[in-house]
Amino acid sequence: MSETKSSKPGSTEVWITGIGLATSLGEGLDMTWDALSQRRINVDEKNFAPYVVHPWAPVNFDSQIPKKGDQRQMEAWQRIGTYTAGLALDSAGIKGNSEILARMDMIVAAGGGERDLAVDTAIMQAAAKSNFAPGLLNERLMSDLRPTLFLAQLSNLLAGNIAIVHGVTGSSRTFMGEEGAGVDAARIALARIAAGQSDIALIGGSHNSERKEMLMLYEFDDFNLRDRFAPVWARSSRPGFALGAVGAFLVMESRAHAQARGARPFARLTNVVADQARRKTPGEVTASLQALWSKLGKLDGHGAIITGATGVEPVTSEELAFLRQHPDFAIRASGTAFGHNMEAQFILGLALAALSISRGALFPPNDPTALEVEMSKAPSQIVVAGAGHWRSEGMALVEAVK
Amino acid sequence: MAATHDKFGRPIVVVTGMGVVTSLGAGKADNWAKLTAGESGIRTITRFPTNGLKTSIAGTVDFLKVEPFSSPDLSQKLAETAAEEAIMQAAIGTKRDFPGPLFLAVAPVEIEWPNRLELGRDTGTLDCTYDDLLRVSGGGKYRGYHRRFLFGSVSDHLAETFGTKGSPISLSTACASGASAIQLGVEAIRRGESDATLCVATDGSVNLENLIRFSLLSALSMRNDAPQSAARPFSKNRDGFVMAEGAGALVLESYESATARGAKILGVLIGCGELADSFHRTRSSPDGKPIIGCVRNALSDAGIGPERIDYINAHGTGTPENDKMEYLGISSVFGEQTSRIPVSSNKSMVGHTLSAAGAVEAVFSLLTLEHQRIPPTINYDVPDPAIRFDVVPNKARDARVTAVMSNSFGFGGQNASLILTREPL
Repeated sequence: MSETKSSKPGSTEVWITGIGLATSLGEGLDMTWDALSQRRINVDEKNFAPYVVHPWAPVNFDSQIPKKGDQRQMEAWQRIGTYTAGLALDSAGIKGNSEILARMDMIVAAGGGERDLAVDTAIMQAAAKSNFAPGLLNERLMSDLRPTLFLAQLSNLLAGNIAIVHGVTGSSRTFMGEEGAGVDAARIALARIAAGQSDIALIGGSHNSERKEMLMLYEFDDFNLRDRFAPVWARSSRPGFALGAVGAFLVMESRAHAQARGARPFARLTNVVADQARRKTPGEVTASLQALWSKLGKLDGHGAIITGATGVEPVTSEELAFLRQHPDFAIRASGTAFGHNMEAQFILGLALAALSISRGALFPPNDPTALEVEMSKAPSQIVVAGAGHWRSEGMALVEAVK
Repeated sequence: MAATHDKFGRPIVVVTGMGVVTSLGAGKADNWAKLTAGESGIRTITRFPTNGLKTSIAGTVDFLKVEPFSSPDLSQKLAETAAEEAIMQAAIGTKRDFPGPLFLAVAPVEIEWPNRLELGRDTGTLDCTYDDLLRVSGGGKYRGYHRRFLFGSVSDHLAETFGTKGSPISLSTACASGASAIQLGVEAIRRGESDATLCVATDGSVNLENLIRFSLLSALSMRNDAPQSAARPFSKNRDGFVMAEGAGALVLESYESATARGAKILGVLIGCGELADSFHRTRSSPDGKPIIGCVRNALSDAGIGPERIDYINAHGTGTPENDKMEYLGISSVFGEQTSRIPVSSNKSMVGHTLSAAGAVEAVFSLLTLEHQRIPPTINYDVPDPAIRFDVVPNKARDARVTAVMSNSFGFGGQNASLILTREPL
């Protein structure tokens, strides 16, 4: 399949002017940076055993979602996302700026909301004990489901909550579809701004690792990392992903719009490209990633690659084959520190790339296989890459603003 | 040679293929005949037992069989049927090789009760918990469920079936999803990224839990005794919407590319508008400003004034709230002209096809332009005096229609409007 064309790179320069991050390693850019610098990892090998997850590091939700009533209307994935969207708006200096927020475009990459496991469990047990009596499911669902639970589950209601809590109302679009949703959120927002269809956009996603119903979905094909944690590149003998807890949001805007309001850029988002190989024969993902690489634009060499590699097979080996074709780029797998965050993983990568460029350093490697190596100089170009666990390949070029 | 770009210098976006499936039937011909005859596709649900439920009717598509039933399986089948009709009509590309990207509006996907209960049985315990389910989930026995219940599952299948290019986008803007899929396609062509896009919207999600979810939000009609007259948009005695299934598909092309290959032009997407509402998760802002702004954004994107619109294909769900707010929004923009513009709701006949509605209704809007005939709002016996629309009551009407506005509004503050014409302006 041929790649999705990007907008004409260089038509309108697009800056990343706001970053919101809240993860298993804490919240905010300083705490995230410190954790990465110290190679800190937060994993839980017990509560979801045999599965390993990166648990959410609690925050004070009140600081970004002041109304308790709003918090109660959300499940965890929505609270994480709505909270982090607020951090991104703060970071860009537009929190509460109703003139901008009212015309700000929004694309959220979302899965769906938590099920009520207690209700599910009670119904499954009642069904089993009644020998699956007809009508029992009707009766129990009618009486047990909270009426507003649906609103905490609907994919587009993360964006809906961000509109309600933060007032972002220019437009509201929600992309679904696992890893690719995050790539396409960035790709479409960039293309719209570059083409003058939009001036400023909020993009992002959130993921909650502590959901047994989602572990179940991925367990159907044995994708979950079991028993004990290992860095992404050290999982070849025991492949799998450890689900992560991440909210990752970015404010993107045209250079002219940012300059007019005196906003400081973290970095420039130069290009985002995506494709979806069928993955029917070995080598397709490697070839797909290599084709995307050739579409990114001019690469100066001696840059860095931040990948959302999952640690599942065969895709991680295919991605490794691609990475080994670019030995002059320092590699980092975001999954080692943050776990795998599906829809949010690519946007997390963009956030880490923009943060690294703004700090003038790439965070240190954390990899016993030594694929990841130290990078001593300040990165001016970082490629964000990702091959989804089942579908989707995406790539972006994040650069220092010249 | 006619201009290939609109007055804003953007490529003109035209429709060269369309397909539709609803509870009335498969295909444009069947749907249009029944729609203009004022027939209803709403019926008593037979897919699953409805005892104990407040609502037991829906516009299910029962003539396309998927066994065993799951919402993504039916959504996929509906989407394939509509997309195939659209691509066939457009006569574009070759089989399994559509020359552009896919934008798919699709309902959120999740593991469903039959699957959950199947796993529960497999645990061999009466007191099974999610830990027990997890214990039996792995090993490959249920591998197919991973593929099926991914959010990107339906778009992945469609991308393969039709050979669309690049990364297929699955999107949800709730009940505005169909319009959003079309808007994304329009924008891609205007940016020059592609000469053609396949925009599909599908919804096959009438299952027990989804029906109960909407029922618990008090959104559904409970006129179970008379399914065909349950959907009553704009009537004083409306009591909610009727869940329904269906799919709509459009092949969009740049005017330049369509004319160059000699394609028949079925209509023009001259404008799209959107605006989010921050008032409430399920209710519109009482001042109507987001709907007003959305409609104005669409007019402004099309570069026309409200006086150019001569038919409005309403969102018209038949909930007390929606119809009232839609009237407020439309009448605020259209002023004195409001009572003179026909405004009808297809949902009175096909029900509310949710994620598919925006595209299904775009197809019906294009058929209205083609046939110069406006489908009625049926079940309109008791007018709501507060809603002074000409709803084209109960009988289709011949009319001169040059520009149609099609509106879609959804939970989560979603508002989207499309403007369609027969010819480039």
